[in-house]
Amino acid sequence: MQAELKEDGLRIWRHCLLFGMAAWLAAATPASAFIAYVSNEKSNTVSVIDTNSWAVIKTIKVGQRPRGIEFTRDGKFVFVAVGDDDSIQVIDVAKQEVVDSLPSGPDPELFALDADGKILYVANENDNTVTIIDVEKRARLGEIQVGVEPEGMAISPDGKILINTSETTNMAHFIDTTTREIVANVLVDARPRYAEFKRDNSEVWVSSEIGGTVSVIDPAKREVTKKISFEIPGLRSEAIQPVGIGMTKDGKTAFVALGPANRIAVVDAVSHKVTKYLLVGQRVWHMAFTPDEKYLLTTNGVSNDVSVIDVAAQKVIKTIQVGELPWGMTIAQP
Amino acid sequence: MIRCLVAAIGLSIAATSVLAAAPIEIGVGYLGRAGIKAKLSLVELPAENDGLAGARLAIEDNNTTGKFLNQRFTLEEVRLRDDEDVAKAAAALAERSGFIIADLPADDLLKAANALRERGTLLLNAGAIDDRLREQDCRANVIHVAPTRSMLADALAQYLVWKQWKRWLLVVGSHDQDKLYADALRRAATRFGAKIVQERTFEDTGGARRTDSGVTLIQRQIPVFTQQAPAYDVLVAADESEVFASYLPYRTWDPRPVAGSAGLVPTSWHAAQDQWGAIQIQNRFAKLNLRHMTALDMQAWTAARMVGEAASRTKSGDPKAVSDFLRGKDFSVAAFKGRRLTLRDWNLQLRQPILLVDGRMVVSVSPQEGFLHQVSELDTLGADRPETKCKLN
Repeated sequence: MQAELKEDGLRIWRHCLLFGMAAWLAAATPASAFIAYVSNEKSNTVSVIDTNSWAVIKTIKVGQRPRGIEFTRDGKFVFVAVGDDDSIQVIDVAKQEVVDSLPSGPDPELFALDADGKILYVANENDNTVTIIDVEKRARLGEIQVGVEPEGMAISPDGKILINTSETTNMAHFIDTTTREIVANVLVDARPRYAEFKRDNSEVWVSSEIGGTVSVIDPAKREVTKKISFEIPGLRSEAIQPVGIGMTKDGKTAFVALGPANRIAVVDAVSHKVTKYLLVGQRVWHMAFTPDEKYLLTTNGVSNDVSVIDVAAQKVIKTIQVGELPWGMTIAQP
Repeated sequence: MIRCLVAAIGLSIAATSVLAAAPIEIGVGYLGRAGIKAKLSLVELPAENDGLAGARLAIEDNNTTGKFLNQRFTLEEVRLRDDEDVAKAAAALAERSGFIIADLPADDLLKAANALRERGTLLLNAGAIDDRLREQDCRANVIHVAPTRSMLADALAQYLVWKQWKRWLLVVGSHDQDKLYADALRRAATRFGAKIVQERTFEDTGGARRTDSGVTLIQRQIPVFTQQAPAYDVLVAADESEVFASYLPYRTWDPRPVAGSAGLVPTSWHAAQDQWGAIQIQNRFAKLNLRHMTALDMQAWTAARMVGEAASRTKSGDPKAVSDFLRGKDFSVAAFKGRRLTLRDWNLQLRQPILLVDGRMVVSVSPQEGFLHQVSELDTLGADRPETKCKLN
């Protein structure tokens, strides 16, 4: 009897040891590390996060009210819109400091780069315009008049259509990138904030912060084909305010940030059904995937942190403190 | 050859007429009384276009949207002199406008509403805060964009209670509207658990609001007026008539904060409000008018935007279709308050958060956290469905 017990104990011990080793090995083998840049709207800084250590490794001083943030296509620079300085600043990734700025038009908020990374389209909140900028020449190429308070920007996968959403007009404007003219206006719910295409160009999703919905638009017909709404037990519908959208490359899963509801909705992007709500930090707005799509990082404004979501497990695994009112995020390989 | 040419011309005319189909015209009227309201503080004296400037900005915003929907909004302003009949003016304005934004005293508003009842013209009350207009005197053709006195009082009370300033010294002016505000404050105190330790009346004995001898006299009067009060946390003043409240801060016998008509003031809008994208409308407004945006400007902006919002949702300029949509369950409007605003279906009052401002900054926004409601936290402000005395129709 006693001997048996001893043997059992030994077996368990061996088990634990093996398991522990495996766990240790897994932890020690770095998933390929990436660098995330987070704009902190109130601190006037950009936090640089290493996705290997999940730690802030640098805080870069930028202009006033940094919001929209994006890597250049070559990964050498990061553009950050500093709205109260009426410009877009250029961060040199190697030096990790601001080295230049682009002439953006008044109060730039979000912007989109074309596929070649040569042309930048900027939403100017204060001016009802979208400004077109030649990135190399640092020159303004033109302007497009859109609705009141332009915000969300997205370029179709084929590069032919630019979507701009206007917050008080409540529309997604379809702009032909060749003629630079509006070709269609699709009415969505109140205060559209963000637009995201599926990679196969079959759908474009537009979030409405105050309306509380995500409109799924057929880019060919330029019509809303479906509206996704969100219900969270114990929360008033007014607290559910969709803003940022992240979509996996295969177009199967989408993540929608619900602002003051402090949650990310996981949406089956094929059936358009919400499958899960993940509790993140307070007032979650924007997000970015690591390039391998293993992780999704979200900016939580009021709690001043970033949540890390394990995409496969659909679980929040980590919280990282950043600057004040984190707003936007962009990720690339170091 | 000529036939071909004629055909081609005909075709091109047809094409242009399709492209440039005449836009749908949507007329909005603005009906107010002439004259400027008295204020104790010179910096708070309203501009001549107070309110109207907000409506104008919303018409501009509506037209930016309208150009994509082939809708064109126009604004016609009517200012009534003292002797002018409001019912007649409202009827004349309704000839050209399907919607009228009203900045009128309660009795005038009711006269206008009664005059327009048959016609079905919708009035959007941007100026009057009287609770009775949403209760016993409610009308089916009046939507209330301005908050009520009780919404303002409840918003303030929630914050004072949250702050644990629960013992109030209530000072009430001697005019009717001061007494109505005091009623709302008493109701709020009972509702949210504050205690009015004493009430005092500040008699308006007449006299100028502006004199060259300035503050000397006031500095002697106010400490004396507020002395020998029972222990209290905050002095709450009801002085819509602008007779004394602004003299209270820093002059009370006991060192206590002031709230209500001076000090911490509940309001639908303030030039310092910059949350929830508000900086954008503040900038647009300042650019257009070279001055700050007031609560009345915002109430008028919201009223005109509500018409614009309903017109773009219904893709119609028909007053009945637009009015029905406004009163229907699908209506909501974004107005830089951090959440969508909807109408209370039992009295057509716009639900809205209320700002608490100190004159330079937004101190807080009510409803306060923890004041719960089964339908909408916004319904913790003002008269709720079970207490309503309104019977529409």
